[in-house]
Amino acid sequence: MQTHDSPPPDPGATVAAAARLARRIRRHSLQMVSSARLGHPGGDLSSADILATLYSGVLRINPRNPAEAGRDRFIMSKGHCSAALYAVLAESGFFPVERLGEYMKPLSMLNGHPDRNKVRGVEANTGPLGHGLPIAVGAAKAAKVQGASWRTFVLTGDGELQEGSNWEAAMAAAQFRLDNLTLIVDRNRLQQGDETERTVSLEPLAARWSAFGWAVREVDGHDLRALARTFGELPFEPGRPNCILARTHKGRGVSFMEDRVEWHHKVPTEAELAAALLEIGEDPQ
Amino acid sequence: MNNLHDCRKAFARTLLELAEADARVVAVVNDSVGSSNLKEFRKKFPDRLINVGIAEQNMVGIGAGLANGGLMPFVCGASCFLTGRALEQVKVDLGYSRSNVKLCGMSSGVAYGELGPTHHSIEDMAWTRAIANMTVIVPADPAETSAALRAAAAHEGPVFLRLSRMPVPDIHPADYEFRIGRAGRLRDGSDVTLIANGVMVCRALEAAALLEKDGIEAGVLNMSTVRPLDTQAIAEAAMTGPIVTVEEHTVVGGLGSAVAEAVVESHPVRMRRLGFPGEFAPTGSPEFLFEHFGLTPEKIRLAALKVVEESARVICAVDPRG
Repeated sequence: MQTHDSPPPDPGATVAAAARLARRIRRHSLQMVSSARLGHPGGDLSSADILATLYSGVLRINPRNPAEAGRDRFIMSKGHCSAALYAVLAESGFFPVERLGEYMKPLSMLNGHPDRNKVRGVEANTGPLGHGLPIAVGAAKAAKVQGASWRTFVLTGDGELQEGSNWEAAMAAAQFRLDNLTLIVDRNRLQQGDETERTVSLEPLAARWSAFGWAVREVDGHDLRALARTFGELPFEPGRPNCILARTHKGRGVSFMEDRVEWHHKVPTEAELAAALLEIGEDPQ
Repeated sequence: MNNLHDCRKAFARTLLELAEADARVVAVVNDSVGSSNLKEFRKKFPDRLINVGIAEQNMVGIGAGLANGGLMPFVCGASCFLTGRALEQVKVDLGYSRSNVKLCGMSSGVAYGELGPTHHSIEDMAWTRAIANMTVIVPADPAETSAALRAAAAHEGPVFLRLSRMPVPDIHPADYEFRIGRAGRLRDGSDVTLIANGVMVCRALEAAALLEKDGIEAGVLNMSTVRPLDTQAIAEAAMTGPIVTVEEHTVVGGLGSAVAEAVVESHPVRMRRLGFPGEFAPTGSPEFLFEHFGLTPEKIRLAALKVVEESARVICAVDPRG
């Protein structure tokens, strides 16, 4: 992560830091879901590289003062992937990593869906889908009204885009010319029950966002270098909100979870957890 | 009733004053600049009037985001759509998130009259008062509308202001001091207490005047804050005798329910709950509907007489000397 006064990050170092962070997000997420016997590991893993990139130099935030008025806002609209969000916040210094073990335990601050009044670094209470983008539009508009330079980022799922409130927000963002707003879609092509295209089709998704007045980029959502480069090019066009369609795979990083719809909210057994952690690997010495 | 007022004027004037004094104040509308009386606001603060179009879910979410970004949004729209259409956003983005957003539900109750049940907002008190962290205020006249708006701005957290366009007389003096969560005792009386809010307060006062001619001393409580509820004022009213609640709302879950909940847990007494009886209204003007559903001073009087009589009978039955 980058504070206001820190120098621009070195791209090579940023990618290495993001890779290390992504690995930790994946390990923590699976351990948390396994320990809680609840969660959404498929989406945690598909969004891990996006989160790791955002928190490795893109977001201008200060874990020592999470409420700093001029901070960039990151809103996790896919609140069910709370394990990945908590993991990246803890690894970024918002709260101790040891507390991840409390995930969904009785009276824990780490509820199944994030609560901004309990967890430092959480910007919005999400869980019901289609809430994050309207809130992000409001935050970005607030910066414009005040002439402030901080930016707003929001990560949605792809199935989530079936919620109509997103498209209300999409129209408003274009109308308000919110080029300080960036939507990242975790386009893993799977929703809870099936493929998005076999449920209610989202394609042609890039053309849809474009038609709604957004500047759209498509990127491999697991290519840390490409993600960093794409974020580095913001804003894509003056006067237009930014949409990054990140092509991802649900369960990415664990062969037996990848692109398997059941891992939306399946809990790994002890043996599966061990095998998954082995595949993900540990921090290099 | 003479000198009747549309409370939206007091609302618009006060919001403008708040905006002049506090740069955080912005208005958010769903193409409702006219119906929310915000043309003057738009003229004075064009950059602080945010029109999201006809999209209430988005409007409430945007309100939460504006608050996250350091502003104090007053989110204004017809109450039926603002609450009903966006209820999950009200619950999650405002209540659960404790966002500093002020929801201004315009033309609540049956103000839209003949437009019908789609446009009536007679469930909004029930919906909003069920949501944790929400403050719910139903002002009765221009002075209280103005004071409630200022109190909402001074309060850190989500507030639902249930406003009306129905003409009402001045009840409170211009320097009236409103406090969130404190009921206003407008009239003392030891035989029965009429508890009302919003546009029903003036009707309850008229009913009390009629009851005086019947030899019945009726107290009148203005329960403008429905959440948090002034349970002490309700308990004190219950100590003196039976209670009649009057609301421009369904009797399911609104003011009458809130008062009944407090009464049974403090000092159970006979009650009558006047309001819309849990059915969608037929076609008719607001005044027609008030007549149709017994929300006039005369019908309030009759309900009060009945509950006083029933109450006396119960006391006789319990006390053989009575």
